Amino acid sequence: MRSAVAFSRGHATAVLLGRLLVPAGLVLAWQMAVWLLAPPPWILPGPLAVLRALVTGADVLLPALAVTLLTTLAALLVAAAGGFVLGLAIALSRTLEYALLPLAVTLQVVPLVAVAPIILLYVERVETALVLCAALVAFFPMLANTLAGLEHAREAERRLFALYGASRWQELIHLRLPRAMPFVLAGLRIAATLALVGAVVAEFAAGTAGSRAGLAYRILESGWRLETARMYAALLLLAVAGLVLYGLVGALERWVLRRLHLERAGA
Amino acid sequence: MSPLLALSDIAHTYPNGLCALDGLTLALEQGSFTALLGPSGCGKTTTLHLAAGLLTPTCGRVLRAPALARPGAVGFVFQEPVLLPWLNVWHNVALPLTLARRPADEVAERVMAMLRLVDLDGLLHLHPDQLSGGMRMRVAVARALVTRPQLVLMDEPFAALDELARFRLDDELLRLWQAHSFTVLFVTHSIYESVYLAQRVLVMTPRPGRIAAEIPIDVPYPRTADFRTSAHFAQLCGQVLAALERAGTTTEAAP
Repeated sequence: MRSAVAFSRGHATAVLLGRLLVPAGLVLAWQMAVWLLAPPPWILPGPLAVLRALVTGADVLLPALAVTLLTTLAALLVAAAGGFVLGLAIALSRTLEYALLPLAVTLQVVPLVAVAPIILLYVERVETALVLCAALVAFFPMLANTLAGLEHAREAERRLFALYGASRWQELIHLRLPRAMPFVLAGLRIAATLALVGAVVAEFAAGTAGSRAGLAYRILESGWRLETARMYAALLLLAVAGLVLYGLVGALERWVLRRLHLERAGA
Repeated sequence: MSPLLALSDIAHTYPNGLCALDGLTLALEQGSFTALLGPSGCGKTTTLHLAAGLLTPTCGRVLRAPALARPGAVGFVFQEPVLLPWLNVWHNVALPLTLARRPADEVAERVMAMLRLVDLDGLLHLHPDQLSGGMRMRVAVARALVTRPQLVLMDEPFAALDELARFRLDDELLRLWQAHSFTVLFVTHSIYESVYLAQRVLVMTPRPGRIAAEIPIDVPYPRTADFRTSAHFAQLCGQVLAALERAGTTTEAAP
């Protein structure tokens, strides 16, 4: 017992060191390299310069972040609802499975950058087009996980429902849906990060300027102006936003599963 | 009196070619307690699924008394408790009535009565992951009995429990059976359990299974712990064991 506790304490320390020290060391090495080698700032700005760019550029970068996040969240909502509902429909109907699943898979394998210009061509409102593009990427894991989850009721549970003469609907509501929840929520977690990726890629493709410009456009713009520090600052904001989003959806996942007394999918 | 359920000359082969049963015949009288004993893989579970109507036999006839047509007339206790983790004890026990769309007040009344009967009324808000193995099995038994079934099919229900918990649940089952006079078909691979519980023990041959022997257990109920340690008990167990060994060797000799 004692040694196990000591081991786990040592392990926890190692994890903490790894989590904090390695990134900190990397940042320090980066700053040292910039001081010692003194590369031109448009090639490699140091971390301090990036922080400075973040503070001075906040009035431009933060609204841009808000635009990108809004696109991301709207896309996540559309993708989550769409993927879940379509998954339910396909799980209930063989015909729909044959009709729609190949289409969904095709959409999934075509790269978004290639599809985005076409969507932008037909959808007049740029914001709507961006949401559609991002939703397109985030949609598939939601669909695939819903489908997989709905098949996850155990054999004996199905027999139990058959024994008591449960209808298809009763089986869906009382058994298959709850059993699908761990998978649906894992799908949501993946969809959240993909929605952010999709939003940024779509912004690159659209190249929207002005007050509706997202972070992707600010990165492009800073590139043209050789404001490399600002490019890094925008990147930093995207990374933090992505982590926060992932963390929030993960927290939602844990909360729902705890209420249902279910294990996380794949755990 | 015609039997509650009769399986006559049943053969069952699964789609994968596995021949589970061949020439199985058995009849259950209303209110009887029958134990079905046999080596692993001899088709005991298949027999229960046929009796429950979860399977249709490849050959042979299943005769059911009209009383079994009512929804909930057959209760089933699986090897595992098969409780739904997201439902608490109350809702798990209520499930068969919920699925049958019984009125809410009737459900509430029957579930509470059932929970009191198996001493679970203090735990109704707990979820399965908060219960011990024995408790979970009690919930499963309560769920099987909540519809007031005519026939209760049990598939090695207490096999995974420790011996003391199993003894306790065996006694509890006998108490419920005597009070409510349902019919029980109890599958087990424990000779001791079959002799302790049943009015007669049916011994099956190895796969493809059929009934090889019938041993009546002519001991009055209520049976108590004294019965477990009596010489008569040991002698009956010896009879069952001998029948089991005979059943095993005959089929091996004639494959």
